[in-house]
Amino acid sequence: MISRDHILNKVRTALGHAVGRTAAAPPPARLCVPAWTVEERWQRFASALEKLGGNAVRVSEPAEAQRYVAGLTCGRAAVASRSLFLEVCGIHQLAGVRRDFRDPGELRAACAEAEFGITGADYALADTGSLAVFASPEEARLISLLPPVHIALLPISRLLTGLDELLSLVPNPAERSSALILITGPSRTADIEQILVRGVHGPGEIHVIVVDDRETRS
Amino acid sequence: MMTGYPREQIRRTLADPRLQEAIYSATGRLMEHRRQVVAPEVLPDYQELREQARRIKEHTLENLDAYLEQFEAQVRARGGEVIWAKDGPEVADFVLDLARRSNARLLVKSKSMTTEEIGLRERLEAQHFEVVETDLGEYIIQLAQERPYHIVAPALHKTREEVGEIFSQRLGVPRENVPERQTRIARTVLRQKFLTADIGITGANFLVADSGAVVLVENEGNARLTTSAPRIHVAVAGIEKLIPRAQDLAVFLKLLGRSATGQPLTVYTSILSGPRRQGEWDGPEQFYVVLLDGGRSRVLADRDKRQTLYCIRCGACLNHCPVYRRIGGHNYPWIYSGPIGKIASPQFQGLTEDPWLPFASSLCGACAEVCPVKIEIPRLLLELRAEIVKTQAREGQNRWERLGFRLWSWVMTRPRLYEALSLAAGLLAGEGSDQGWLRQLPGLLNAGPLRAWLDYRDLPAPGRSFRALWRQRTARVRE
Repeated sequence: MISRDHILNKVRTALGHAVGRTAAAPPPARLCVPAWTVEERWQRFASALEKLGGNAVRVSEPAEAQRYVAGLTCGRAAVASRSLFLEVCGIHQLAGVRRDFRDPGELRAACAEAEFGITGADYALADTGSLAVFASPEEARLISLLPPVHIALLPISRLLTGLDELLSLVPNPAERSSALILITGPSRTADIEQILVRGVHGPGEIHVIVVDDRETRS
Repeated sequence: MMTGYPREQIRRTLADPRLQEAIYSATGRLMEHRRQVVAPEVLPDYQELREQARRIKEHTLENLDAYLEQFEAQVRARGGEVIWAKDGPEVADFVLDLARRSNARLLVKSKSMTTEEIGLRERLEAQHFEVVETDLGEYIIQLAQERPYHIVAPALHKTREEVGEIFSQRLGVPRENVPERQTRIARTVLRQKFLTADIGITGANFLVADSGAVVLVENEGNARLTTSAPRIHVAVAGIEKLIPRAQDLAVFLKLLGRSATGQPLTVYTSILSGPRRQGEWDGPEQFYVVLLDGGRSRVLADRDKRQTLYCIRCGACLNHCPVYRRIGGHNYPWIYSGPIGKIASPQFQGLTEDPWLPFASSLCGACAEVCPVKIEIPRLLLELRAEIVKTQAREGQNRWERLGFRLWSWVMTRPRLYEALSLAAGLLAGEGSDQGWLRQLPGLLNAGPLRAWLDYRDLPAPGRSFRALWRQRTARVRE
């Protein structure tokens, strides 16, 4: 408490402010949202993610997403989040996929052993090839972090143009969740002689499966 | 003015061809990566983004008291706690007390310049806590018992062979020189640490006032693990890290990744506000933000130089600095190296601590060109030079220099005397001059600061003055 008052006093003295003064209005926020069609967004997303060494796949219906994931995991150990969209795609029925845990300790242990972590994503960002995931009872943080391969599924309607659109839809992420995580490609480092190595602490492999909605299905 | 600089140490750096190559190629690559993603055809509004970032930083600092209080209220509203610390010892006291209270033994850390600044890890280790750095470069540096070489690439100066040596000696693993396998070794060792750590310590790239959020950017996933696996998260950040709104991240995140490593966005961006909420499976049960003053409020008091606090630690000014690119990161007196270090150190550490620092610059201006928040580094260097000279004059430290310059101005305002002296100098200099350039001064004059000055520069050989040339020319025209 003493340090608090001391620091705030020093800051006020430095600025010549009186106690209880309210802040002037900040410069208007700068958010630019381009008018890209769904097709443009998909093209940009896929090329951005692939440039980073990730894999972007577009499928026309949930059943196809399920087949694609089955082809990736081949029955090996996977932890899936409780995301409703994974339910829609029938991911939880796949062999080797585990969703239910008694407690956080069990979930953590399973994530540390699993080869795949399968999650939904609240949004994806086209211009950077990113996923945006809010931590929630449906989405545990460690599923997209501990296993060496991350698979994410989302409907194409959740594919936004970029960060600016995300922050105009969700101006204050803290109101929605304790953690908003943006994931842009596989985990990487260049700390030793600037040589690119993937999969340092997070997944070295990332697959994003974008599923067409009824409206975009041709 | 250049007295007291680490001459021998710098000579060793300059004389090490391997180190020279490492610094030059790493910074060169970072420059090239940045150039590609800020090019007008890729990012047409780059200059507007810089301008907006600068305006927001200026506004935030001008209203810092209000934003600090707003941030504190928002963190509290979400179940977190804010701790205020005047200096490094206060931060350490808080963390030590917390660690003891919660029976913590192992602490994991993600890379943070602010904690480097106050030597937090060393302070905790001194009290027998195990503290592990988890960013790969920072882990290498911790094992090597050095300090970071660069703001974003701490182990920039280490070759793979050196890393192999460090790992085999300190971790007892077989010697391995392939970066990919070295990374696997670190992953395996550190994974165990993450899963057993009690407390995760991070810095913050930004603190968001309207959300009470701590924002962390990184590529490896170690900051995510540090803030997801342990039951307690402590973020340590300088009070200048505030930005008003989460929406401002649209500007800052675009600039930070691009300026630092040439990435439109880093691999992971975490926007964290408070401990885990009802029903969540993981994330910390306790969430603390330590707000550090550490000299910042003093810097804030100077209206002009306060822009030093705009810095978002991207490291671009280091990569583009002709001095940093030769002398590297360990020849600067403080943890912040390169151009930003040259303006930050005198203001944080005191003007007379390392008075040579602001003078060790060619004022080429590359740093200001690339700074994403438009800090006028060269101009501030000049301001600091003036202040240092004034301080030293007041303290009577540079008596000889002042006498020298007074003599110089006395001669310069007497044209005939000047001409006579320069003619004499031309005759004397004959022996040291080489095709019109003077490489060293003759005889007794070749000593002290004059000799040092000519060590790295050549002077045009004194000869005929401008007035003499002019007389000759007008005489020729008349003929």
